[in-house]
Amino acid sequence: MTDATGLDRPVAQPYAQTDPDDGVLMRARGLTKTFGDFVAVDGIDVEVHKGEAFGFLGPNGAGKSSTMRMIGCVSPVTAGELTIFGLDPDRDGPEIRARLGVVPQKDTLDEELTVEENLWVYGRYFGLSRAEVKRRTVELLEFAQLSDRASDRVEPLSGGMKRRLTIARSLINEPRMLLLDEPTTGLDPQARHILWDRLFRLKRQGVTLIVTTHYMDEAEQLCDRLVVMDKGRIVAEGSPRELIEAHSTREVLELRFDVVLHDGIDAPGGQDVADRLTGVGERLEVLPDRILVYASDGDAALATATARGLDPVSALVRRSTLEDVFLHLTGRSLID
Amino acid sequence: MVQDTLARPAGTAEPARHRAPSAPWRFVYEYQLRVYRRTWRGSLTTKVLTPILFLLSMGVGLGSLVNSAAGGIDVDGRTVPYLQFVVPAILAVTCMSTGMGESSWPVLGAIKWVGTYHAVLATPGRVVDILIGHCAYVTTMVGLASAVFLVVSAGFGAFASWTALWCLPVSLLVGLAFATPVTALSSRLENDTGFNLLFRLGQTPLMLFSGTFFPVSQLPGWLQPVAWVTPLWHGVEAERALALGTGSLAGVLGHVAALVGFAAVGWVFALWGLTTRLRP
Repeated sequence: MTDATGLDRPVAQPYAQTDPDDGVLMRARGLTKTFGDFVAVDGIDVEVHKGEAFGFLGPNGAGKSSTMRMIGCVSPVTAGELTIFGLDPDRDGPEIRARLGVVPQKDTLDEELTVEENLWVYGRYFGLSRAEVKRRTVELLEFAQLSDRASDRVEPLSGGMKRRLTIARSLINEPRMLLLDEPTTGLDPQARHILWDRLFRLKRQGVTLIVTTHYMDEAEQLCDRLVVMDKGRIVAEGSPRELIEAHSTREVLELRFDVVLHDGIDAPGGQDVADRLTGVGERLEVLPDRILVYASDGDAALATATARGLDPVSALVRRSTLEDVFLHLTGRSLID
Repeated sequence: MVQDTLARPAGTAEPARHRAPSAPWRFVYEYQLRVYRRTWRGSLTTKVLTPILFLLSMGVGLGSLVNSAAGGIDVDGRTVPYLQFVVPAILAVTCMSTGMGESSWPVLGAIKWVGTYHAVLATPGRVVDILIGHCAYVTTMVGLASAVFLVVSAGFGAFASWTALWCLPVSLLVGLAFATPVTALSSRLENDTGFNLLFRLGQTPLMLFSGTFFPVSQLPGWLQPVAWVTPLWHGVEAERALALGTGSLAGVLGHVAALVGFAAVGWVFALWGLTTRLRP
C-alpha cells in the first residue's frame, strides 16, 4: 500500500540483534503485584513474542495497568518472575526502558510547551543528540498527522491529537516494543479510528505491541493474541477468533421483552420468558436490559422463539464478539 | 523494511539510542530550563524585584530610622549601618523562598497534574535523576536571584568586605537546605492545601524571627533556641558574617555544616518520598 505522506517507512524498530534468541521479548511467570492486602495481579503467566500485537483485555480494575507498569519498569514486582528483552526490570530498568516505548493511560505531555518541544524534550531523555531528536520529530509529527501543529502549544489540541502526540513521543527512540495502556479510552469514535489506523501501521511494520484495553473492538482490531483478565488473573488466552470459537457461539440473538424490561427477569412474567427460551440456543445470558441467546444460527433461533409464542419488542442477530467471551467467562460486562 | 540505520558503536551490540545514557539528570535539568525560558518574565518579579523592594524599604527606609536613633546596629561588638545588617538576611530569605517556591507547587504539579516525572520514568531516567535535575534547577534559580541581588545591593554599599563574594555559594546551600525538605513534603501531599500552611505558618515566621530584621538576642530567651534549629537562622548568620567580614571561619563553617545537614536529610526524605510515590 502506498501512502501519500511517504510514511510507510518504519518509525519504530521491528527487532534487533540483541533480542533474546527465543524471540520472547517479555516473559512473566507467576507475576504478582500487591498493594497492602489488595492483590492487583495474581500470579499471571504471559509471553509476548517478537513482532506480535498482544493484548490484555479486561474491565477496569482487572490488573491490566498494574501489569503494564511492571513491564514498563516503573512498579516493582512483588513476586514471580519478569524478564523484558531477557533483562531483569529490578536491575536493568534504565536499559530496558531505553528500548521501550510507553503510552501511559493518562497523557503526560507538558501542555505549556509546543508540540515539537514535547518531542524534543522526550527524545533528550533518551540521550539522543539534538540533531537526531529534531530529525525524528519531523518524521514522527508526519506519522501522527500533526506536522501543521508543530509549533503550536499542546494545551488547546483535541484529545485525539494529544493522544497521537503521546504515541509519536513514545516512538522517539525507535522502540523495539511499544506499551499502550488504554490507548483510545475517552476519545470519540472518529479519533479512535484515526489512532487505530496509526497503530495498525506500526503493527504492519512488525513493531511488537502490548495493548491493554477494555474495548473488545479495540482488542479485535489490534491484537494477534490476547489474554482476558479479571480480578488479577488470566481467565483465557488466544487469538480473538480462537477465544470466540472456544467460549462463544458463532452468532448471538439479542432479544428485548417488555415484561422483562418492566418487571425484571425474576418476576413471574420474566421467568416465563426465560423458561420458554430454554433450549432455543446453546446458552442464555440474561442482562438487565436484554436476553442474549447464543446459537450457531441466530435467525433459526429467532424463528424457534417466535414459534414458541414469544413476542420480543426487538430482536437483533449479530456475530459473537470478545464481549460475549468475557461475559461468558466472568458473568459480567467489560464496561460497567 | 527492517534496517538499522544508525551505526552501532564498536564492541557493543546495542544501537546508541537503545542504551541508557549516562547521567540522565542532565536532560531533566535541560527540560526545566526550557520551561523557565517560557516563564522567566513572571518569575522575575518574585525572584528579583521582591528582594530589591525589601532592600529599599527595610535597608534604606527603616535603616535610616535605626541609624539616626541608635547609630546603627550592634554585631559582634561592632556597630554597623542597618543596611549592612539586613541585606545579607534579605539575601538568605530570598534563597529560602526560591528554594521553597520551586519545590512546592512545581513538584506536586510534576507528580500530579502534568505528569512530568512519570514521563521521565518511562525513559531511562530514574527517580534519583529527577531529584538531581530538580535540585540543579533550583540551585540555578537561587544562584540567579542571589547574583542579581548581590550586585544591586553592592551598588547601595551594602557590603563591608570582599568576603561578601562568598555569599553566593552559601546562598546556593541555603536554597538547597529548603528545597530538599520541601520537595520531600511535596512528594507526600495529595493536594496543595498543605502549601498554604507551609508558607503561612512556616515561611513567614521564619522570615520574621530568624535574626533577619533584628538580632535573635532580642527574642525572649526561650525562643532563641528555636531560631538555632531553623535553617534560615544558619543561613542568615553565615551570610551576615561573610558580608560584614566579621565572625570566625569556624563559625561560618559551623553554619555551613548545619545547612549541608538540612539539605542532606531533606534529600534522603525527598528520594524516599518520590520513590514511593512515583514507583508504587
